[in-house]
Amino acid sequence: MTMLGNFDFDVIRRALPYLFFEGMRFTLTLTALAAFGGLVFGTLIALMRLSSYKWLGRIAGFYVDFIRSLPLVLVIFWFYFLVPYIGQWLTGASRPITVGAFASSLITFIAFEAAYFSEIMRAGIQSISKGQPAAASALGLTYAQSMRYVVLPQAFRNMLPVLLTQTIVLFQDTSLVYVLSIPDFLGAASKVAQRDGRLVEMYLFAAVVYFVISCVASFGVRRLQSRIAIVR
Amino acid sequence: MIEINHVNKWYGPTFQVLKDCTTSVAKGEVVVVCGPSGSGKSTLIKCVNALEPIQGGDITLDGVKVNDPKTDLPKLRSRVGMVFQHFELFPHLRIIDNLCLAQEKVLGRKHADAMVKGMKLLERVGLKDHAKKFPAELSGGQQQRVAIARALAMDPIAMLFDEPTSALDPEMISEVLDVMVDLAREGMTMMVVTHEMGFANKVADRVIFMDRGEIVEDAKKADFFGTPRSDRAQKFLSKILQH
Repeated sequence: MTMLGNFDFDVIRRALPYLFFEGMRFTLTLTALAAFGGLVFGTLIALMRLSSYKWLGRIAGFYVDFIRSLPLVLVIFWFYFLVPYIGQWLTGASRPITVGAFASSLITFIAFEAAYFSEIMRAGIQSISKGQPAAASALGLTYAQSMRYVVLPQAFRNMLPVLLTQTIVLFQDTSLVYVLSIPDFLGAASKVAQRDGRLVEMYLFAAVVYFVISCVASFGVRRLQSRIAIVR
Repeated sequence: MIEINHVNKWYGPTFQVLKDCTTSVAKGEVVVVCGPSGSGKSTLIKCVNALEPIQGGDITLDGVKVNDPKTDLPKLRSRVGMVFQHFELFPHLRIIDNLCLAQEKVLGRKHADAMVKGMKLLERVGLKDHAKKFPAELSGGQQQRVAIARALAMDPIAMLFDEPTSALDPEMISEVLDVMVDLAREGMTMMVVTHEMGFANKVADRVIFMDRGEIVEDAKKADFFGTPRSDRAQKFLSKILQH
């Protein structure tokens, strides 16, 4: 009772501008960019896996399996410390290149999401009947055109609810960048909590915000899903 | 126009779907291909525009060898129209966009020109008012007429029909056949896989009968319907014509 009795709403109120304009903006930017990059590279990986060149498929398959068997938080951490040296080796620079925490975490998330999105897009492409690319070919479209204008738009539309659901998971996962002490939403809340000694308030508030946003987004996805089902 | 010489095709190492098939379709000719299901007739027509590869023999289309690895297949395919059993309209595009896509991306026509051409062809198949709809909003017969218009938009030198009425409800078959009859009478070169013997009787110049991967009979229409030479063709005809 004493805990709730001491609950200080004012701490949260005062921290709001910082939490949202700094923290949440970072979280949403990272989520959006990682989702976009993940979708682009994921689609390429899916096309590689479905390619008639077996070795391309094997490379892509290995990549997906490899990424999926690593803990994300570990990779975020490692990558941040390794990238400067990889960059040095690639560019032949005399000292480790500097890569910001944001760029480093963005690359890590894109690499991870590409693996997850590729499986979704692969399922989406396979859900399109063989007659569709056949009809596109019969009209004279090349493989690339058939993918670009006929197969991928349908695959994307069919898989949109799953892609968005994965993006909600990504939104929650971005909180893992706290290991790089980046002020994302959780990081910002954590900073205020430490500074003001108000751990209960700040972590509870952070949990509520993640919960509400994810819930509303999931609800939106479900509505979208039923709308797509009607159109089809 | 279409030359098919000693074509052999296998699925896997053992199953031979096409056995030494030889025939041809001259310019302006309408050839109907019929036969029991599994006889290889659909496979044969798909080999003509290389949607299916062949393992032996040659297919030549307007002087271009289809099974030559150096042949520019997209270009070749853009010159022959194909109509499928299940229509295969692009469901995410409006009707008019279904007609414009390949005109613009393959032939490089301007959007406005493609639209004019598309609308003209939709009018021709009686579906001008449906241009802004999506394929799923149309009946099967309407969708198949759109599919024919889509193929015609490419100004094809020949048209291939792969069982164009087999997936249709009976009351919609005639609206599709009417379009095809008109096309035939205008002199379009056509190769048509179908069971519609009424259509064959009306406009075909020749009828090919296939069974178990072989061309069993290849005869002028009058001869085919008069006195088919092979037992198998006679049996097939008596089965599908007795009703």
